[in-house]
Amino acid sequence: MHPLIRTILQRLALGGIALFAVSVVVFSALEFLPGDFATSVLGRNATPETVEAFRDELGLNLPPAERYLGWIGGVLRGDLGHSFAGRAFTPRAVSDIVLPRLANTLFLAAITAAIAVPVALLLGLMAALYRNTRFDRIVNAATLSTVAMPEFLVAYLVILVLAVKLPAFYAMSTLSPGMDLTEKLQAVALPVLTLSLVIIAHMMRMTRAAIIGVLASPYIEMARLKGVRPWRVILRHALPNALAPIVNVIAFSLAYLVVGVVVTEVVFVYPGIGQTMVDAVRNRDIPVVQACTLIFAATYILLNLLADIISIATSPRLLHAK
Amino acid sequence: MASDTGHLLEIRGLRIEGESDGQWSTLLHGVDLTLRRGEVLGLVGESGAGKSTLGLAALGHIRPGCRITGGSVRFDGIDLLALPESDRLKLRGSRISYVAQSAAASFNPAHALLPQTVETAVQHRLMPLQTARQVAVAQYRRLQLPKPDTIGTRYPHQVSGGQLQRVMTAMAMHCGPDLIVFDEPTTALDVTTQVEVLAAIREAVEARGTAAIYITHDLAVVAQMAHRIMVMRHGSLVEEAPTSAILAAPQEEYTRSLWAVRELVKPDQPSAAAPLMTIEGLDFSYGRNGAKALEGITLTIPRGRTLAVVGESGSGKSTLGRVIAGLNVPTAGRITLDGQSLPPALRLRSRDLRRRIQLVHQSADTALNPRQTVAELIARPLELFHRLRGRATAARVNELLDMIELGPRYADRLPSELSGGQKQRVNIARGLAAGPELMICDEVTSALDQLVQEGILRMLLDLQAQLGISYFFITHDISTVRAIADEVVVMNRGRIVESGPRAEVLSPPHHPYTELLLGSTPEMRPDWLTDVLAARKAGQQAES
Repeated sequence: MHPLIRTILQRLALGGIALFAVSVVVFSALEFLPGDFATSVLGRNATPETVEAFRDELGLNLPPAERYLGWIGGVLRGDLGHSFAGRAFTPRAVSDIVLPRLANTLFLAAITAAIAVPVALLLGLMAALYRNTRFDRIVNAATLSTVAMPEFLVAYLVILVLAVKLPAFYAMSTLSPGMDLTEKLQAVALPVLTLSLVIIAHMMRMTRAAIIGVLASPYIEMARLKGVRPWRVILRHALPNALAPIVNVIAFSLAYLVVGVVVTEVVFVYPGIGQTMVDAVRNRDIPVVQACTLIFAATYILLNLLADIISIATSPRLLHAK
Repeated sequence: MASDTGHLLEIRGLRIEGESDGQWSTLLHGVDLTLRRGEVLGLVGESGAGKSTLGLAALGHIRPGCRITGGSVRFDGIDLLALPESDRLKLRGSRISYVAQSAAASFNPAHALLPQTVETAVQHRLMPLQTARQVAVAQYRRLQLPKPDTIGTRYPHQVSGGQLQRVMTAMAMHCGPDLIVFDEPTTALDVTTQVEVLAAIREAVEARGTAAIYITHDLAVVAQMAHRIMVMRHGSLVEEAPTSAILAAPQEEYTRSLWAVRELVKPDQPSAAAPLMTIEGLDFSYGRNGAKALEGITLTIPRGRTLAVVGESGSGKSTLGRVIAGLNVPTAGRITLDGQSLPPALRLRSRDLRRRIQLVHQSADTALNPRQTVAELIARPLELFHRLRGRATAARVNELLDMIELGPRYADRLPSELSGGQKQRVNIARGLAAGPELMICDEVTSALDQLVQEGILRMLLDLQAQLGISYFFITHDISTVRAIADEVVVMNRGRIVESGPRAEVLSPPHHPYTELLLGSTPEMRPDWLTDVLAARKAGQQAES
């Protein structure tokens, strides 16, 4: 087998194992969550018998191993289970709650990534090319200050300037069914801007640092002595050898866009998966929390796996074995 | 555009300064250099003499952290220093090109060789891509590379060092430049590979009538290549003369000292009766099913004498040293120290056994902890093996510093405040501090300048006479063998091909591999390379 394929298969298997481990941890962690869903739904005045009956109905009295197998088996079949909340009236499938929200989150993440990643790469490459010039210093100072500010502050500043002082965009990003793409884009403009400001800094600085690290190599001096132009030195000679750390930080930023944007969602009242999870934790709606956590973990593992595979696949030593 | 004087390159009064730790120091003190068309100029000197700085200046390039404070560089009448960078780029690679010391580091690992070879021609629109490829393949063929039609599709890590160096020469010659700067192109290569690369470079340069600046620290090498030689030291010119004149009658004492090591010969001494160490039928392989890195090694290390182990890189010299040190565990065979059987693995050896065998690494730069002072570095084995404390340690450290000819004033310095030779002395002192009976010296002088090498070899000989230590001395350099060895072992591909007293091994009849090694060591006469090539050709014809 080609060593590259073998390495990729190894990584995939490791990713699978990691995902399984996470599912066990998620499940057991929620076991230790203080409080009880049945008590909190039925109120303090409910008789122990009623609570017990309710627990039986939810399956909470089965042994943990059995409940884990039931849950994970369902997940593997695409069934995330039923939400505890609302059971008193009509049972709601977890997927009905989570998936639309996930779609919203992915939409926001995709738009942000499509803008932030190219901008960050370009700024990083330019900062490396014109390092220690005024351009480099300004870009560095600007990105450092956006990353140093808490997200909610960035979000409010963005609202203050672009929705209040110069009312170009909406301060609230509520999505409603039947909006077409243009309307949706207008709605998410400010959260996209906020998130971009937050993630560009990391990616840009890593790009700059990785490229500058490679620029000290003898093959870069050689390229210059061959008369290669500065931009080509950066793009063709430095970038391919600096790809691994850059890809890793991009993967990390993309994962953050799915997993870590709850503050931004709250500020802009955006119906994303982060809010859903926070609500579910507050209501002790364990199936929803489990589903969200598993999705978050899978996102992290998948993106990091992808970054790993890309950095392995761009290493000529692995790609072209002796 | 022909210049008035007919000179291809004229450097006048060039001053370059370099910055380190905020201090500017002068690298070149107003150097003049003149090169005619088609002439090969040798630039010789120790490291830090400013050879590379001068060589790069011929391309109008200065390294980051350096600045030009005076003088001019005119190439074919063009003032390179006054030219805007974008115009200099057009000259580089096409009319003036560069061959770097380490081809392995100077090729971009992310791209195959052919696109790198043709890059200048294609980017500067000097040739269409198809033509450029054909020219490159023709160059590969001229430089006697194996499979010239397909070698360009390979990546740098897939090709040997000697081949890479020739590909780099092909790359430098690709656009038919007027001037090539060769910066120590064979320094990183084995002697046997060096001969091939030197021959290929010389032939290619002669065939096109290309002018060249050939930079090296090895006078014997440059004597084969250059019409004229400039000797440099501390950024200034020491001596300049035609090659034959400088070899026959060097005017300056410094020039003579450049071959100091070659004149050092250890007097013959009879070996003591009982050997210090014997090795019998030793095998070693990396990994459980790996190929054998060492096979059937049998040798004895005489007491109070030096056993030199010679061979090319990859011959298993260092691996054997690590086996003796206990770092590699052999798969078969037996080692005795002083008549007692020696446990193979380091963890099975008692502290006293570990003390008796010490390993000194090739590169003092990486072997010394940069955050420890000289005193801390040397004190560590004293505390570990001799349980010395406080004042006793300090006194012993000072004694050792005297023994390595540095003196107590170096005790509080950090490795970064020492020169390469001083670092290597500290590295040796650390080994001595343990009080060993056997010291494994792994290429300890290879990275050093000739004069510094001579100093360290003399010191090692003195220490041996005083302390009666045995050296297991790993080297690839025949002159070092002459200087230090009593017994010699020649290794090739993990086996011993010849062994015996130095005088026997170094005088005929030789094993064919020893013959090859000895024959590939450059000699101080301009016709050496021509003679070697002629002899090999004759040998090949006789065979076929």
